[in-house]
Amino acid sequence: MTPDRAHLERLDRIWRDPPGLWGFLTTVDHKRIAARYIVTALLLMFLAGMLALDMRWQLSVPENTRMTPQLFNESFSLHGSTMLFLVSVPIMEAMALWLVPLMLGARNMAFPRLGAFSFWLYFGGVLTLWIAHAIDVTPDLGWFEYPPLSGPAYSPGHRADIWAQMITFTEVAALAASVNVAATILKMRPPGMTLARMPVFLWAMLIASIMTILSMPAIMLVTSMLISDRLVSTQFFSVAAGGDNVLFQHLFWFFGHPEVYIIFVPATGFISSIIETFSRRPLFGHSALVLAILSIGALAFGLWVHHMFAVGLPRLGNDFYTAASMAIAVPAGLQIFCWTASIWAGPTTFPTPMLWVLGFLATFVIGGLSGVMTASAALDLQLTDTYFIVAHLHYVLVGGAMFPLFGAFCYWYPKATGRLMSERWGRLAFALIVGGFNLGFFPMHILGLMGMPRRVYTYPAGMGWETLNQVATAGSVIAVAGGMVFVANALWSYWRGKPSGADPWGGSTLEWASASPPPAWNIAFTPVVESLTPMWNDGRPLKAMDGLENDRREVLITSVTGGGPLYRQKSAAPSIWPLVAALAVSAMFIASIFTPWAIPAGALPIGAALTGWFWPNRPRAKIGPFEAKP
Amino acid sequence: MTGPRDFEIVGSLANLPASANGPRHLVWWGNIGFMVIEGAGFALAAAVYLYLMTQAPAWPPAGDSLPGLLWSGVFTAGLLLSQIPNLWVLRCARAKNLAGVRWGTLAMAVIALLLLVPRCFEFAHLGVPWYHDAYGSVIWMLLVLHTVHVVTDWGDTVVLAAWLFTHEVGDDQFADVEDNSNYWTFVVLCWLPVYVLIYWAPRSL
Repeated sequence: MTPDRAHLERLDRIWRDPPGLWGFLTTVDHKRIAARYIVTALLLMFLAGMLALDMRWQLSVPENTRMTPQLFNESFSLHGSTMLFLVSVPIMEAMALWLVPLMLGARNMAFPRLGAFSFWLYFGGVLTLWIAHAIDVTPDLGWFEYPPLSGPAYSPGHRADIWAQMITFTEVAALAASVNVAATILKMRPPGMTLARMPVFLWAMLIASIMTILSMPAIMLVTSMLISDRLVSTQFFSVAAGGDNVLFQHLFWFFGHPEVYIIFVPATGFISSIIETFSRRPLFGHSALVLAILSIGALAFGLWVHHMFAVGLPRLGNDFYTAASMAIAVPAGLQIFCWTASIWAGPTTFPTPMLWVLGFLATFVIGGLSGVMTASAALDLQLTDTYFIVAHLHYVLVGGAMFPLFGAFCYWYPKATGRLMSERWGRLAFALIVGGFNLGFFPMHILGLMGMPRRVYTYPAGMGWETLNQVATAGSVIAVAGGMVFVANALWSYWRGKPSGADPWGGSTLEWASASPPPAWNIAFTPVVESLTPMWNDGRPLKAMDGLENDRREVLITSVTGGGPLYRQKSAAPSIWPLVAALAVSAMFIASIFTPWAIPAGALPIGAALTGWFWPNRPRAKIGPFEAKP
Repeated sequence: MTGPRDFEIVGSLANLPASANGPRHLVWWGNIGFMVIEGAGFALAAAVYLYLMTQAPAWPPAGDSLPGLLWSGVFTAGLLLSQIPNLWVLRCARAKNLAGVRWGTLAMAVIALLLLVPRCFEFAHLGVPWYHDAYGSVIWMLLVLHTVHVVTDWGDTVVLAAWLFTHEVGDDQFADVEDNSNYWTFVVLCWLPVYVLIYWAPRSL
């Protein structure tokens, strides 16, 4: 049956946002919040790309004077911090915020207001770093700011504080988003979607969220320790008073290594969704893929010391981490084989999203292999802090996460906008970006083997590094030009693209059941799931259940393993309080750069904002000492 | 071009209840999520302590006095005893006993406030200021971390208690009381290893 008009109008009345600015500020619609996250992160990706281009300009010839050493330090610190903390992790979470409820056939996230709070706090982190940059308080110690260089003795002023506090912002935002995503996937699956019938995408997002929950406290703890060393003279990293600088590195990388997989694991979800749809068959080795992601999630916590081989740790420790680092290539390889087999076995077509999958497979395999090389402690000692590492990390992060993201963008763009992107311009953007990327970064492997250190603002003539640096710069220019084509295609298609309809690709999962773009309430009824690919039922109507209220916001809560309906949960309405709470938290974070008293003083407005947030909208008590007077 | 899929209605959710309790409830899982985050924070802070301890030639470093056992003992005993009313409130919430959750939650707010008194004395008897050495820094960090949890839960309990008296109490509110009670249990459980680290690890070496 087609849902009747009165039902849809009631849903619309209940779920739509208030109009205008007030609606913008108070919305708890997961799609609007996620879109904000994505647009902000893409803008920042553009800015970070411009920084990269500027650095490549500086390095294109020896003894170049485009940049001073200080400007170069600031540029790579801002580039790395922005890309890791403000682009890669948040944009993956944003994809989850946008897609998870749609893929579950649910009307919103588990905690809608927490989603809004998460975005506003993330935005506070963005402003903290980039406004500081605008007023020339740019962090200049790289993206991991090791003490003692970042300690009070060597870094007076507030550059290091800005970096540390930007992290606090983004990590609180990421943790809030992760709890939200995990609770939504565990408790809001549609009837019949047992764990065994959960698409790989949802598994990937669930595992990435749990990894975030377990690893991000480490970076919050260590940057708080750094701030307190700088602000109230604690001695955590002061060797003379029994502190230890290597402790910072341990805590940083206990977060930092899982973070790489927090970025990569969602990408495996994108890849799995795209391949399944375009190979027209259920993924080859679904269970093996899920188990591979799970084991990557577990192993990722046992590798962090491979970032510290040059520190001088005991041999046995290095050996263990070498073995663990090589072991993670096994599940990663298993995934590659499953995806390749799916592409091989199906009647596969290759529109733009699939081109990105191919770009991912080629580039990520190269990055993975250079990872196996650097996993060897002996070889790493030669390669660490050279351009080989710069090449490796860009191959895994850009090839392993950004290419899948671009593919995901093209794949779900019609769902989000109701229009198709141009295939012709999409192919051109793909060719320029992937070609330019490989031209830009492959020579860096060789530069690294030739001994060119990373993080130097220039190099003397006669080292034999000139040609390869020029090739690298040319490659970055081509890749950035490709990025421009990609963005232009997205913008042009937004207004002029061909209408896509609800399901232009014949997708396998439930997000394709709703209209494009999806209405505020996502889907008219609660779907009932009987297979891994619920949309592939020969075009028959989807089995569904009605009975969720349409005169108040309500969502269905189901059991964790079996996806059996348990109860109907009230879902939060738009509210200004998440924004107010985020402003109060932001004020405390910023003030605490300058005085420790900001923390007790700032707790009061935060408490007040949270009280407003949770203020009961149920009737006053009818019995008891404070009963309502008639 | 395709429109949204049509549906075949095979059942109704209208007869489902509008709330639940325990792990069936959505918010219970959110509460667990935040406990895992904070639990990871405690575990890592404990790891920092043990790391610094193993790097140091003496623990506490020569010249630092040991932390006092009196007020920490009072706090620990009080915290453990607070589990009795806390678990009683939990049972009231599960039994949907209105008067029980109202007065019990209020009592827990008072108990948490009272516990902050020995906690303040604990800070005064740590034996070393936070800025003196890394040992001082890490024991202050552990104690501050736990105190933040006590204060947060106290604030949360005060607000919850007020609303239990002033507004109608339905199934979702009983579930809230249950979550609040579980959170207090978490605060109690986290304290035990922290207590052993701050007060007994230096004495064991």
